[in-house]
Amino acid sequence: MNHGDHQKLFFWLLLAPFALWLILLIFIPHLDMLSIALRERVAPREYAFSLANFQAFFTEPLYWRTFLRTALMSILATALTLLIAFPVAWYIAKILRGRSKSLLFLLCLIPFWVSELVRTYGWMILLRETGVVSRVLQWSGLVDGPVEMLYNDAAILLGLVYNALLFMVVPLVTALDSLSDELVEASYDLGGNSLSTLRFVVIPHAMPGIVSGCIIVFMLTLGNYLTPTLLGGKDSLWFTGQIYTQFITRFNWELGSAFGVLLLILSSVIVWLGLRLSGQTLSGTLAR
Amino acid sequence: MSSDLTPDLETRQLLRRFGHFTAVDQIDLSIARGEFFSILGPSGCGKTTLLRMLAGFDQPDSGDILIRGESMLGVAPNKRPVNMVFQHLALFPMMNVADNIAYGLRRRGTDRHAIAAKVRTALESVDLPDAGDKRIDQLSGGQKQRVAIARALVLEPRLLLLDEPLGALDLKLREHMKVELKQLQQRIGTTFIYITHDQSEALVMSDRIAVMQRGRFEQTGSPTDLYYSPESAFVAGFVGDANRWRGTVTQVNGDTVQVSTGNGLQLLCSSKQTPQQGETVSVFVRPEAIGIGEAAGGADNRLEGRIANLLFNGANSSALLLCGPGEDEVRVALPQTGQYRHLKRGDVLSLYFSAAQASCFGGDAA
Repeated sequence: MNHGDHQKLFFWLLLAPFALWLILLIFIPHLDMLSIALRERVAPREYAFSLANFQAFFTEPLYWRTFLRTALMSILATALTLLIAFPVAWYIAKILRGRSKSLLFLLCLIPFWVSELVRTYGWMILLRETGVVSRVLQWSGLVDGPVEMLYNDAAILLGLVYNALLFMVVPLVTALDSLSDELVEASYDLGGNSLSTLRFVVIPHAMPGIVSGCIIVFMLTLGNYLTPTLLGGKDSLWFTGQIYTQFITRFNWELGSAFGVLLLILSSVIVWLGLRLSGQTLSGTLAR
Repeated sequence: MSSDLTPDLETRQLLRRFGHFTAVDQIDLSIARGEFFSILGPSGCGKTTLLRMLAGFDQPDSGDILIRGESMLGVAPNKRPVNMVFQHLALFPMMNVADNIAYGLRRRGTDRHAIAAKVRTALESVDLPDAGDKRIDQLSGGQKQRVAIARALVLEPRLLLLDEPLGALDLKLREHMKVELKQLQQRIGTTFIYITHDQSEALVMSDRIAVMQRGRFEQTGSPTDLYYSPESAFVAGFVGDANRWRGTVTQVNGDTVQVSTGNGLQLLCSSKQTPQQGETVSVFVRPEAIGIGEAAGGADNRLEGRIANLLFNGANSSALLLCGPGEDEVRVALPQTGQYRHLKRGDVLSLYFSAAQASCFGGDAA
């Protein structure tokens, strides 16, 4: 074996775990899911190619309405996460120095030491009819009877934003850290106010961080099952819930797979749209 | 109320402390219209703090800043008739050159056609008429410099503040930009306040220079004043090169002082401070003020020295000589007229300089 062959072998060995992961856990299941989605049961254990599953999705209003609702709520949750995370990231990246900076960064991380399930139950303890918030409101005399704050869209959004916050704060802090203070001062020096500095200097600089944060948060939110189900209850109408129902409750793997494929297409299309609108590229935002 | 006699900038007892450290210590300053004023000092002397207070990025603890007679206390940076060229220029990388220059005009709400015309004029005034569409990272160091200056000047500020903007350039370009900046300032007549730690930048460009040290102005004057008649040991040592001796005053005769150095040299010096006999003083003699050979009419001070090293540097060449019984190191400028071309190490030279060229300062010199 000569030197070049050694190098090649080394390259393939390094690539192997990643390639295996990609092929075994991503490509094969998705291709299989696509093939299941594109068939129809004609007799016991007999299947034929068909688009009936996709037809069912478009003809049954519950399905495509849930689909749209999930997409819109996810976009809303992403936007809210960005709005909340931006000032936090600005404070960490630009205002704090030294120890307090790393301390606050760590504080953002601490909730993620417990699982999403536990965190979500935490919110349920706070928000349920006999929960902490309801009790405090009654005790203070602001309300007469117990208040149910769970099982509505606001509760779902709250949980989604809370769970996604860190994934927005981290890329934003990285992006804002690299913004030179001199640029901000130059903007003020040239007559800019806080708003124009934000709009023309800070946001364009942070755009790659904003977009990569939004992509991560949007995908996490769209594919979330636990939070909408627990905080939204039976009426959560989240599309992942529909997929679960088809696979587990209805044993209709064909329709479930079709839903899975549609969800994948949806998230790809929305991410692509977001990149186009913000003028960013996928490699440009995620390679930072 | 602002007549032509009102100074463009005045500071009154300006003070800024950080904890126990006084960065700017009660500075009084007055800069006339159209002046190129430099503040020269080592790093940490407070010059950046002073400039940031003028721009509005830092607030003085006490004292006042007046621009054409109007107090700037409590006026935000974006409301001051002052613009700044930042140390690292701070051009906006997300905008092209024309948008960078138009940024300030747009914030003022200038109408679109007027902006386009002004940007064009500004680019022409810095010799970059076709650079408008370029991205910032396509510009060379010198071009960025000029865009940064154009971006500030297009707003027609009363004062242009420059925070060591030549620091990042290589030597050749820096020499070139010095001349260019001075010519630009003379052409447009805007008052420039330039801070630097590089004495040559300050000497070449300025009408007046303030030498700053520990938050105070040691001396303010024209470059020639600072060079020929420094008023303190710090200024004598910081502006220009100087040979330096420590010694004790043995005799005082009006302005002329006789100093005996620890190594047994007797020097005749001039002093404005009239030191006392027995006082410890520092004596400064510039390398270029020392003559080689025999003085025509006799000289106040004579030395003999052996060449320890020749430092050839074109027009700035010099020789290091070991002089006197204590073998004090003395630096002498060698004019490159060809006369000293054949000097070599070990040669012995006679040196002379007048008492007027040897300034002596009492007290503890920095």
